[in-house]
Amino acid sequence: MKTDKNLFKGLSRREWIKILGGIPVLGAVWTAGYRFTEKAKTERNLLLETLNIKASPPPASGPMSGEPLRIGLIGFGIRGEQLMRSLGFATTEWLEQMAKSSAENPNDKRLDDFKAQENLNVKLAGICDIFDVRAEKALASFNQNGNVCKRYRTHSDMIHSGEIDAIIIATPDHWHAPMAIEAIEAGLHVYIEKPMTHTIQETYDLRESCRRNPDVVMAVGHQHRQTQSFLTAQDAIAKMTLGHVSLVTTTTNRNDDNGAWQYDIHPDASPDTIDWNAFLGTAPQIPFNAEHFFRWRKWWAYGSGLSGDLLTHDYDRINCVLKMGIPKYITASGGVYTHRDGRNVPDVMQINMDFPNFSTGSSQEPGKEKGMTLVYSATLGNQFDRGTLLMGHDATMELGNMLTIHADPRSTKYAEFIKEKRIDPMVPIYQYDPSANGVDAVTSATAKYFANKGLLWTYRDGKRVDSTFLHIREWLSCVRNGGNPSCGITEGFEEAITAHMGGLAYKLGRRVEWDEESERIVALPGEDLDAILLDNEVGYLMQKA
Amino acid sequence: MNQNPNFTSVQTFALVAMRLLIGWHFLYEGVIKLYSPSWTAKGYLLSATYMQSFFQWLASESMISVVDTLNIAALILVGIGLIVGFKTKWVSVVGIGLLLLYYFAHPPFPGYAQGPSEGSYWLVNKNLIEAAALLVVFLFPTEYAFGIGRLFMKKKMEPAHQLN
Repeated sequence: MKTDKNLFKGLSRREWIKILGGIPVLGAVWTAGYRFTEKAKTERNLLLETLNIKASPPPASGPMSGEPLRIGLIGFGIRGEQLMRSLGFATTEWLEQMAKSSAENPNDKRLDDFKAQENLNVKLAGICDIFDVRAEKALASFNQNGNVCKRYRTHSDMIHSGEIDAIIIATPDHWHAPMAIEAIEAGLHVYIEKPMTHTIQETYDLRESCRRNPDVVMAVGHQHRQTQSFLTAQDAIAKMTLGHVSLVTTTTNRNDDNGAWQYDIHPDASPDTIDWNAFLGTAPQIPFNAEHFFRWRKWWAYGSGLSGDLLTHDYDRINCVLKMGIPKYITASGGVYTHRDGRNVPDVMQINMDFPNFSTGSSQEPGKEKGMTLVYSATLGNQFDRGTLLMGHDATMELGNMLTIHADPRSTKYAEFIKEKRIDPMVPIYQYDPSANGVDAVTSATAKYFANKGLLWTYRDGKRVDSTFLHIREWLSCVRNGGNPSCGITEGFEEAITAHMGGLAYKLGRRVEWDEESERIVALPGEDLDAILLDNEVGYLMQKA
Repeated sequence: MNQNPNFTSVQTFALVAMRLLIGWHFLYEGVIKLYSPSWTAKGYLLSATYMQSFFQWLASESMISVVDTLNIAALILVGIGLIVGFKTKWVSVVGIGLLLLYYFAHPPFPGYAQGPSEGSYWLVNKNLIEAAALLVVFLFPTEYAFGIGRLFMKKKMEPAHQLN
């Protein structure tokens, strides 16, 4: 007590100011900080309430319980191996390579992710590959840990063996439909890689086959349907966040040999190790050609180039958000401009898809807005990332790993907000990052920078998962628990017809029309559209020109 | 160390002003983060360009909430200490520690990615300068001239006064 008395004894007012003068500064700074964050929160909540977009991941698919499903794979190439890993089966070589890679780089989590992947309760019971080396590689890796995997010489042998419940088709395009139809008619469930078909006629045939066998579950391999942000994007469209979307732009930008389908040719490839006739199927009968076998995507005879290989991904991504269906008109241009190596599918291609009767809704006077163009713009000679944009009168949506919406400065819907400076057209009004805990109406440049660098990954239930795994799981869940896959025959039909119209427009050099009523691509008298689509001469002639 | 250096009043004023300004900066940063529940240092730490394994460990699932809480608490404590003039030597050391962590996560070394920045820096950036300023605050304490520390100086200095 005595000390205390001494402590405060004889302090003048001036002394007190010198002692406690910092307190008001403290109060001022604290209050300013508190008020600033509260105001920002109020503004943000007001904006979020106005937009009312529900940020939600797609529903999880059902349980994987019951007897293990017996899966058969046709085509153990690059995609086949990826699909098998999603199914839970990695080759010994891959496991060794990943172990080595993660030992060298602790940030390489591919092996950990694979090991942490949920068990899908399946047996990889059969494999069919007409290249001996690949088939043997599969047998060597997949006949262990209680799994028994048998090689079948032909896909028909496998389909009719009675030992397979469901098949996965990862072959060149010209084999997709014939194999799928044979399997469906035999009552097997089918997961088929994109594009769903190689010809127009096959697209109708496969749909008929599915209609005849409604118990069979058929899924098309557009795994991006599992992307977390797509339901959120759908909701944003439904809530009229963008207004009338008049233009959608999607792109492919690649600049490497692998991206241009210049895959490695295996040194052991020969007529002795490859069943060449089985590869050709209905394709033009030419002598053994290892390049055609390994780089089949470069020729119309087996593949479909940018329009079938890569446009299909972008088209389906937009179709799953907008559900606009098959375009009324398609025009296309392009050529073999970056890889003049004998291929005949274009490596630069622009496809314009028109939907004159489609609308996402309008914030302006009735009747002013209707119709939309979807542009697919691709080059295999430059990899500058141009992103995907949905451009509406009121706002623009950037659709990527994250979903970002910017108000348009001339928007009708947000005019008042912009005038009151509560919306800055340069700052996103909405941003959905599936890896973050919440949504953010106004994101700083810094946060955007981090996200764009890919630092904020996509998680589900706290685990990083690959979308192909989710897509295959969804297919298996439909087989086990019922329901329809997100990309089934209806979506596959729309995807395949659109891809074929794109290919036709490129080859014919004119606008190709879809007759919605008769469900036919309009042909001029005497035109055999499938013959034109498969024609191998177009690319060659352009290269010679 | 001499706790009662013979500064002119202008010199003392300048040192106090610097202490208050730095405290102001720390406190405001801390308060903004305190009232922004979605704020996290995760992105800053994950994108570190130097001593990555250390910063990525700080950003890991098990660490990040502790790191965020400690960061906010430290910013606010340093801010309060510097502004009210209490334990300024201690809080200066804590402040220097924080600033050096920020500095080394994204150092302006030649050849290192700079990320978003409002200026141009080579080796020296504002974090380093603020740390240097805090070193001055540490070496030239002023809480005895302005701040709660003055209360305790009175007590200690009592005998000295009699010699004056």
